[in-house]
Amino acid sequence: MEFFERFAIPHPSAPIYASMVAIALTIVAIIAGLTYFKKWGYLWREWLTTVDHKRIGIMYLISALLMLFRGGVDALMMRAQLAVPDNKLLDAQHYNEVFTTHGVVMIIFMAMPFIMALMNFVVPLQIGARDVAFPRLNALSFWLFFMGAMLFNISFVVGGSPDAGWTSYFPLAGNEFSTSVGSNYYMIAIQIAGLGTLMTGINFITTIFKMRAPGMTLMKMPMFTWSALITNAIIVFAFPVLTVALAMGTMDRLFGTHFFTTNNGGMDMLWANLFWVWGHPEVYILILPAFGIYSEVISTFARRNLYGYKSMVVSMVLISFMSFLVWVHHFFTMGQGALTNSIFSITTMAIAVPTGIKIFNWLFTLYKGKIEITTPMLYALLFIPLFTIGGVTGVMLGMSAADYQYHNTMFLVAHFHMVIIPGVVFAMLAGLTYWWPKMFGFMLNERLGKLAAWVIGISTLVAFMPMFFSGLDGQARRMYTYSASTGFGPLNMISFVGAIGLAVGFAIIVYNVYYSVRYASRDIGADPWNARTLEWATHSPVPEYNFAIVPHVKSAEALWDAKKKRHILFQGDYEKIHMPNNSGVPFIMSSIFFVWGFAMIFSMWAVAIIATIGIFACMAHRSVEIDHGRYISVRKIEETETKLRGAK
Amino acid sequence: MKLDHSLPLEYRTEEGQLKILGFWIFLGAEIMLFGTLFASYFTLVDRVGSGPSGAEIFEITPVLIETLVLLTSSFTIGLGIHAMRLGRKKAMLSFFAITLLLGLAFLGVEIYEFVHYVHIGAGLQTSAFTAILLTTLGTHGLHVTFGLFWGLFILLQVKKRGLTPETANKSFIFSLYWHFLDVVWIFIFSFVYLKGMM
Repeated sequence: MEFFERFAIPHPSAPIYASMVAIALTIVAIIAGLTYFKKWGYLWREWLTTVDHKRIGIMYLISALLMLFRGGVDALMMRAQLAVPDNKLLDAQHYNEVFTTHGVVMIIFMAMPFIMALMNFVVPLQIGARDVAFPRLNALSFWLFFMGAMLFNISFVVGGSPDAGWTSYFPLAGNEFSTSVGSNYYMIAIQIAGLGTLMTGINFITTIFKMRAPGMTLMKMPMFTWSALITNAIIVFAFPVLTVALAMGTMDRLFGTHFFTTNNGGMDMLWANLFWVWGHPEVYILILPAFGIYSEVISTFARRNLYGYKSMVVSMVLISFMSFLVWVHHFFTMGQGALTNSIFSITTMAIAVPTGIKIFNWLFTLYKGKIEITTPMLYALLFIPLFTIGGVTGVMLGMSAADYQYHNTMFLVAHFHMVIIPGVVFAMLAGLTYWWPKMFGFMLNERLGKLAAWVIGISTLVAFMPMFFSGLDGQARRMYTYSASTGFGPLNMISFVGAIGLAVGFAIIVYNVYYSVRYASRDIGADPWNARTLEWATHSPVPEYNFAIVPHVKSAEALWDAKKKRHILFQGDYEKIHMPNNSGVPFIMSSIFFVWGFAMIFSMWAVAIIATIGIFACMAHRSVEIDHGRYISVRKIEETETKLRGAK
Repeated sequence: MKLDHSLPLEYRTEEGQLKILGFWIFLGAEIMLFGTLFASYFTLVDRVGSGPSGAEIFEITPVLIETLVLLTSSFTIGLGIHAMRLGRKKAMLSFFAITLLLGLAFLGVEIYEFVHYVHIGAGLQTSAFTAILLTTLGTHGLHVTFGLFWGLFILLQVKKRGLTPETANKSFIFSLYWHFLDVVWIFIFSFVYLKGMM
């Protein structure tokens, strides 16, 4: 009996049982639907085994949107719980689990895959390549992320979710204070997803360095590609730190080691340091691609070349270095002493300088531009003032002496939501709207898109501005309730209204997708935004080989100059194109990783060992396999091109 | 497949070039991995709790054997790649086989060392110091173990398929990995063992 008790939820409640039933029904519905419509073969051939960067991008996108709604529901539950004093909606344990999973899901399973989605889809097209450097590794990256995310998400119905915060500080996350398997989920699921992310990093650096179209020197790359390059460099250097930290945490929890315990020499602060040595660069892994998207959007819709291209690149490189030198500012109050705190205060404030340069570059790009307010542009214009609020309060938090007042209050929560939502989420929504026609061959409705942008923009302010004040008033983060005498009630009620507003905004986006699928014109051509970079030079939707003829590039604004200065992008005749073969191994291997992870979480060693052998068997298979890819014949290319051109 | 005959065999295809660059970047990530382990080691080295310290448990003999064996294996795999570039398949296979045997010997001594540590009361759960010591050494040891299997697979492929751009590329990448493990060991030898015994 004891064996099965581990799978039970430590604090069951009606909503959890309801979601159990809902999950079971969804799985049954998916299986029944696939069988009824005879789509298993299609799913396997076209999606589960694909190595096409565009399809992988779309799968990342779908996962990210699903996770956005999962994390969003968590957020609504928290705001509902805090809306009135002494609320009994959630108990303390449930609230702990909800804020923990909200953080992890939003950062690692929503924002990361959203970025991966856009990078996967856009970067090879922007550099005029036919795929990434290692297409099969790319599929493996996706499936590892996906299985990690699934593993993390089943935690709340099998065994209980992690409850030690998304930072999972020890000793709280150790066996002594977190007795359920929740923190095991945290350690293992993030580890699996993190492996996938590291592989993406290696893949994209190689792609961007070696596979650019002829003539595209590094300083002629589109800004989004630059941001992707820098981001992936940060990934390669930051993620191994997390790998080690999580491995140590896993060993502490499963094998009784003393890395982060408070006895036998263990050092709980080592976790905090390692976590943030990864965690702070992670913030820039999220924000730099967002900056890249804003650069593309602003320059496209201001109809001007990006102001200060070189300073944009230099500031991103500086940010990437400095992002590794500021981690201590996440725990100024945990006893480093004045000198250490001062040093990290200064580096923290210094990193605002290159960020400020970028803000001014965007403003100067807008200056004297022929600005056209489209949905992506609206997000970009909302981003600049809102992000500045978040950024400036960040500098306030960065002053270590003052931080003692703000630390772990709602002021901090307000700050990082005001940088992450306008910075990352707006950028993702802008990028989604901007590249949607390239992905799916039709545009999202502009009227609904702008409505959603306004609702989300205003709701962000309504939801998070009150937290600055309640935080300065002393409301601590992560407290599941408060008494009426504190006076926090009205401010939290306003936040709750803002949270509802955000939910409405996202609902409008969902409706917009539905509406546009049904009614939007499919006759939009390759370049509906009158844009500037190479991805708009090929058809929408993009054929599997991306470009029938490899483009020759002369400037940073390749397509714009082709349109305005009559540069010729495509010259020569069709040649047969080499493409990689599909493979089921990444999916199978990642599924085994899922089994391995589950077995580790519940200490089922025999299963874990068998799964480990399975993983190595997949790698051995890859080693001996002979796969030279396949060729698309000239005749096939001609057929495809004629058909796509006819559709214009 | 386009071949550029001015380059060594392993660089001749475009795919091969991509793989070599990708692997160098992977080694960059590996440096961060071991760098984090070393940083944690230096943080925890004096936190021995009620367990023994490094000076009390380190023995020079097995460590010297491990060092000699592993450094030699790095040399022999270099010779193996040299033979590969000269197109001498048989010599290359012999050097690869010697490399793997030396790797196996290293692993044998390391396993003996681990058993010894556990035997004298310096197990994984003893203290923060023993945990990070065994984790750092163990991570390196697992890399070597993985390398043994990987190298064996490559050896068999070269034997069966001959020296082609693909097999040469795989062999070359494996040699980068093996040299890297050697470099990591030099740091372990200097900063874990020698410093610990001082």
